[in-house]
This record gives sequence, C-alpha cells and structure tokens, in this order.
Amino acid sequence: MIGIIDYGMGNLFSVHNAVQKLGYDVLISSDPVKLEQCQKLILPGVGAFGDMMKNIKESQLDAFIENWVRKEKKPLLGICLGMQSFFESSEENGIHEGFGFLKGQIVFMKDQKVRVPHIGWNDLIKENEHPIFSKLSAHPYVYYVHSYYASNMDPDDLIGYCDYGTMKIPGLVMHENVMGCQFHPEKSGEDGLKILQYYLEEFV
Amino acid sequence: MLTKRIIPCLDVKNGKVVKGINFVGLKEVGDPVELAQKYYEQGADELVFLDITATHEGRDTMVQVVEQVASSIYMPFTVGGGLKTIEDIKRVLRAGADKVSLNSAAVKNPDLIAQGAQIFGNQCIVLAIDAKARDDQSGWNVVIHGGRIDTGMDLLEWVQKGVSLGAGEILLTSMDTDGVKQGYDLKMLQAVRNITNVPVIASGGCGSLEHFAEVFETDVADAALAASLFHYDELSVQDVKVYLQKKGIPVRL
Repeated sequence: MIGIIDYGMGNLFSVHNAVQKLGYDVLISSDPVKLEQCQKLILPGVGAFGDMMKNIKESQLDAFIENWVRKEKKPLLGICLGMQSFFESSEENGIHEGFGFLKGQIVFMKDQKVRVPHIGWNDLIKENEHPIFSKLSAHPYVYYVHSYYASNMDPDDLIGYCDYGTMKIPGLVMHENVMGCQFHPEKSGEDGLKILQYYLEEFV
Repeated sequence: MLTKRIIPCLDVKNGKVVKGINFVGLKEVGDPVELAQKYYEQGADELVFLDITATHEGRDTMVQVVEQVASSIYMPFTVGGGLKTIEDIKRVLRAGADKVSLNSAAVKNPDLIAQGAQIFGNQCIVLAIDAKARDDQSGWNVVIHGGRIDTGMDLLEWVQKGVSLGAGEILLTSMDTDGVKQGYDLKMLQAVRNITNVPVIASGGCGSLEHFAEVFETDVADAALAASLFHYDELSVQDVKVYLQKKGIPVRL
C-alpha cells in the first residue's frame, strides 16, 4: 500500500490517479495509524510553505513524518512544495523552518529577467549518474510550476536539474530514504510516470 | 530551457465541447474526455477547459468531466467558467484540475483572486481577461460575460491589479481577433507583456502555423492557446511543434 499524506492542501487526486494507474493500491489519509501501515509515502504540496508546515503541525503529522524518515528510515517522496519542505528553511512570506532532511534553503527566484512563477515544461538534466535516467526518454521534459527553489544544497543529493535564466533549479533530489521532485511527476506525461514508477518500484 | 506551451482550449457546455465565432453560434464538436486524450497523445503542453454552462446541473456535469479527464491524462489542465467562490475553486481542484481561471467573477469580486492565491498559491490562479479595443483606439477595455458587457475598465490597469492581488498567470483573449483566424492580437499582448512579469497565454485569432510562430518570435507570450484549429483537425499539436522547432523556437517534442 502506498500512502498519500493529506494535510488539507494540494491536488491529491492526480497523484492518487497516477499511482493507481501504475498498478499500486493507494490511500489518501491524514491518520498516522493508517499511514504507518504503508510501505511508502508521498507528500504532495501546493500553496505557500508556511501554510503547509502549519497545516502539517496542526494535523499532528510533523512528528509522524520525522519519525518515518529519521527513525524508521522508510521511503518518502516529496512533490513540489512537499519536496521543498525537506530542506532546512524557506524564505517564502518570512522565514519558515522545514524538516531539514536535506541541506539547503528554499529561496525566491533571483533572476529578474525571467517570468515568475516558472510555469511549464523544462528539462531534467543529469547532474549525477543515476539509474533513473536509463528509464527516461533521451531528452526528458517535466512540468514545473513554482516561484521558489532549493539553493545551497549538497551537490551529492542533486540528481537532475533545469536551467531557468541564470538559475540552476534542482529538479530531482535524493538523500538516503527521501526523494524529492520540484516538478510534478503526475503531470509530466510518460516520463513523469516513469519517475513515479521508479520511486514505487526501486527507490530504497 | 523552458519551452513555449501549446494549449488547446475546450469550451464545454452541458458536458460537450462546443465552439463558436466571436462567442456566438455555438456548435458541438465532441466529447471533452476523448478530445483531452487526443491532445495528450499529440503532445499538448496543457489544456484549458472553460465551462460555459449557465445552470447548476451543468456545473455538476463539469466536475464529473474534470474527474474523468484527471483520471485519463497525466498533464496539467486549467478549469474556468462560472467559478464564483472559494468553494467552487476547491471543488474543481479536488476533482483534479491544477489551476483555475477566473474571469467575470474576479472583475465583480477581485478579492476572489487574493483569497484564491492565499489558499491555493499564486500558480493556481489564472486571471482570464477578455478585452476589446476602445473605439478611439486609445487602449483596450475589459469585457465580461462572454463579451456581452463592456466594463469600461482599462485592460492594463486590471492586469496590474490582478497580478498584485496574486494572479500567477494571465490568459488574454482579444475579442477583436477571436474566432476570425487572422492571428493573435500582438499589439494588445505586447502592451500587457510590458507591464507584468507573470507568464502570459495568448488567445483569440490563431488560424495558421505562422500565427503561432509570430506570437513567440515577437516574445509577447509564453504560451499560445487555440481551439477550433485543433478541434476540426486542421492542425495537430504535433504539426505546430514541429513547425516551431524548425523556426528555432523551444518546444517540447
């Protein structure tokens, strides 16, 4: 069973559909007892960083997620804002603390010459050798939609990225048992589904 | 590199896709889920569904359409038309839409943009604007209710206000060029482009491959929307992208 963590935000239906299409049983829940029984979890996200962390805390899911990742060492996939929450902090509407599973901060897009939000299909360029790329098309494109991005991260954690103006935007990150996508794999066509499938079948 | 987006638009009435000229003379052109599937396979970058039904029954039908679309394609799509409250927005997002477009309802209640952006994020709120050149050619006015009512409000002022309230994207339709297939309204698009930093989707008037190229070569938009061209199979999304790539415009192929 795959669990999608519901903290009252986000387009959970699309992630649910994509996981189901890949042949997995999936549940959407905010109940730690139910989520605990899953093999792998997904943390989707849309909206603002501070609101997300607040909702996670109010749903009393913060301790559960910390325990799942740090103590139990079980797999967690973060999508978009979910991925951003894995970093140490974000400067979106004031400074907010993240889970800190990965080194780095979420910052606003600094390049004044590009349009913000970054919306649309951009590359997933290989930063570090990884078996996931052998599963994707020769020139993968994935769908990004965001105004903030991860900076100062550990280069070893970065798997794939895209260029936007002068910025290098981390797209796919992995660290031990956490995986994060800044883009939306559930909205990125066949390559997106392959990335999701990699997480479900092979990650950790 | 961020690619330019090609977006088929589907006007939906009572669960069927329809198309008219200058917002009148509506004709049924197909089933929304089948068309969505077709465009997904052709490599469309996004889809826009505009619900032009006026009734409550029609709205419920639309939510079902959204659910069916979300279960059959793995690409982003926007839903608009008749969304008046945060509850309305929540309903289509929960059904699987990624973004909502707000048009007349935002003009009447600009706070809907601010609230929507606050709750769902700026990237979720597309401000759809229909505009028309003023008779004295001094600029453009915002029109609402499918082009029937001229608000007297200046287009550029509304764009600025909408973005400051939290709209993450502008979907700009020219009522002067819509449905006549003589090309996008480049002058109007350029004027909007000059005053905002959010992505702009060009809409209204596309009739040929050259029109797509034109809007990107002049860099007045990040995405181009078209309807009847695609619905009647005059062009496929694939044709458009192959053509644009030859012209040196970045597209996802």
